[in-house]
Amino acid sequence: MTAQEQPAETTVLAINRPVNWLEHLVGHDAYRTLKGLATNPVSVIGLILLGMFLFVAAAAPVLAPPVSKDDPYNIPRDGYGAVPKVPGTEWKTRQPPLPFWWKAVTGKDQWVHLMGTASGQWDIYYGVIWGTRTALFAGLTITLAGVLIGVTIGAVSAYYGGAVDMILMRITDLFQAFPFLLTAMTLSAVLTPRLGKGLLAPMIALIVFSWMGFARLLRSDILSLREREYVLAARVVGVRDSRILFRHILPNAIFPTLVLASMRIGSYAITFAGLSFLGIGAEVGFADWGQLLSFARDWMTQLAEYWYIIVFPGVTLVLFVLSWNLVGDALRDVLDPRLQGSR
Amino acid sequence: MINYIIRRLIAVPLLLIGVTILIFLMLMALTPVERTALYVRDVPRNDRVLEGIIKKYGLDDPWYKQYWRWLFGTTITTTEDGVTTVENIGGILRGDFGYSRTASQPVGELLARRFPASLELALYAVIPVIAGGIFLGVVGAVKHNKPLDHIVRIFGIVGWSFPDFVFGLLLLMAFYAGTGWFPPGRISDWANQIVTSPAFHNYTKLISIDALLNLRFDIFFDSLRHMVLPVISLAYLWWALTLRVTRSSMLETLRQDYITTARAKGLAERTVINKHALPNALMPVVTLGGNTVVGLLSGVVIIETVFNYPGMGAAAARAASQLDVITVLSFVLFNGLILVLANVVVDILYAYIDPRVRLD
Repeated sequence: MTAQEQPAETTVLAINRPVNWLEHLVGHDAYRTLKGLATNPVSVIGLILLGMFLFVAAAAPVLAPPVSKDDPYNIPRDGYGAVPKVPGTEWKTRQPPLPFWWKAVTGKDQWVHLMGTASGQWDIYYGVIWGTRTALFAGLTITLAGVLIGVTIGAVSAYYGGAVDMILMRITDLFQAFPFLLTAMTLSAVLTPRLGKGLLAPMIALIVFSWMGFARLLRSDILSLREREYVLAARVVGVRDSRILFRHILPNAIFPTLVLASMRIGSYAITFAGLSFLGIGAEVGFADWGQLLSFARDWMTQLAEYWYIIVFPGVTLVLFVLSWNLVGDALRDVLDPRLQGSR
Repeated sequence: MINYIIRRLIAVPLLLIGVTILIFLMLMALTPVERTALYVRDVPRNDRVLEGIIKKYGLDDPWYKQYWRWLFGTTITTTEDGVTTVENIGGILRGDFGYSRTASQPVGELLARRFPASLELALYAVIPVIAGGIFLGVVGAVKHNKPLDHIVRIFGIVGWSFPDFVFGLLLLMAFYAGTGWFPPGRISDWANQIVTSPAFHNYTKLISIDALLNLRFDIFFDSLRHMVLPVISLAYLWWALTLRVTRSSMLETLRQDYITTARAKGLAERTVINKHALPNALMPVVTLGGNTVVGLLSGVVIIETVFNYPGMGAAAARAASQLDVITVLSFVLFNGLILVLANVVVDILYAYIDPRVRLD
């Protein structure tokens, strides 16, 4: 669709340049954000990395076919020996199905440990591939739940003000008075016997102590927007309070919170992996990067020889976090041009 | 100023009560049987004995009674075969946190033994965070958009993306497994024999300092050698953050009108930066100070586990992974107290350097 075909009102607005189909489709602000993300080299690197992780997560069954379709998150083991095997060693016992591309690429019928095995013969490659799903799931769920709680508390606090605000903000203070990791660890230990060993206990524990930053940020943004002329105008016209909050203030105040959220996904993925590194959370053998890294602790003195136990899952985790941080950083620059290049 | 300090200090007891209540709520989520570890060393398997213990210590009383007992302890008088025994037990305010199943000793003793080791790590970690982070942040801002600034920026963002335990493991791989330079643990075996011998005086319980006070320089260097890697892994994350905050705050400050004025009246650039810009640019960094304490306290949990360093964090991690809630909860309580106090100090410091804060 070209600019000439557009309805007259749109052209009257500040846009006096040709508007392409994408801008027409998603609106001016979203288009500016997308364009900013697509032209910033930092965010392009971040987006490419992120795309790779999404691809790996989606294609996990093809990249590393599971032994049993019902329980794909269980890392297959090649025996029970303690000594790790180097990358490229052939599978001996209980070999999982051969991925079709392996034969096409190498012409061999024998599946190998692409990234070697950890102590206990857990296949590192399998854990790295399926761990991508775990990391994405944990990072996104924790952040999303944290944002939902934070936005609710922040909005209610700013909207009602007075005593409600006072009480809610003191509760926020209280939750922030706890050392994050240590408290999440404790709550996870409290919940595990009740919910069973698995992802649920550490995730709930992290969510409970993750919302405070979002609540504070949103509250202060709402408070500053509340005094703007356009809100006053809406009030003068007689718009209901709840409508002002949800239709006029929240859409404008939410962006900094979303930027913060995108930057937190990576750090929650780190904390989650850290918990499972400490042995809190999923069962031994669950496909999770922190779990894989914890196998390295069995061979502390010989890590130079068995470098692959930490290098593969470690680098994957770093790249994962980096991709979210790069995208978040660029998103902030785009949404708040004033800050461009200041960080 | 005094007014502000008083107002700020009044909030402390309230916050502390809040912290203890929240922790106690987690404790109440446990079953009475699990809570027996607050008072008895070995939880018996026998159901009848267990019921007796639960009754004796009132572990199924209403929560406020239990909370009171948990805070202040209780005196239990038992008469058995005509012999009356009076037992003063419990009460976190009396330093009785219960028994640690994973460490097989009272939690209070465990804390007292493990805390100095963690403190030593954190103290050494603070130095590079403050010195290096602030210095490089200022350099980055002054050389804005020059190659040096880009290097500093990349350092900041990559550092922030690097999980501390991955970094620690890579360091171990390179500098212990690879070269043998920096071993894990707190101190070598030969040095440990000397430190635990009666001839060695433990003044501060911080081994490196005590070694200096005892004039044992070999032990001093041995303990430093063990601390190099954990301190680096503990510090770099906060170092990266301090760097980023200093840099952006310095950039913001350098754009202010009064800086232009200072330059216009012909002051040397060095004076403008050090005397006019830096003190104002450092304010957000002071606020970050509280977060850094939080971060270091949380950081020791993972770092000590990676490096097998016998501190508070390693004990907490071990307790949590074995679901020993009583122990790990006491660590949370202890660290929560430190945090609340650290934040008060930061707030007062902030009010001292920024007079505007005192007014509202």
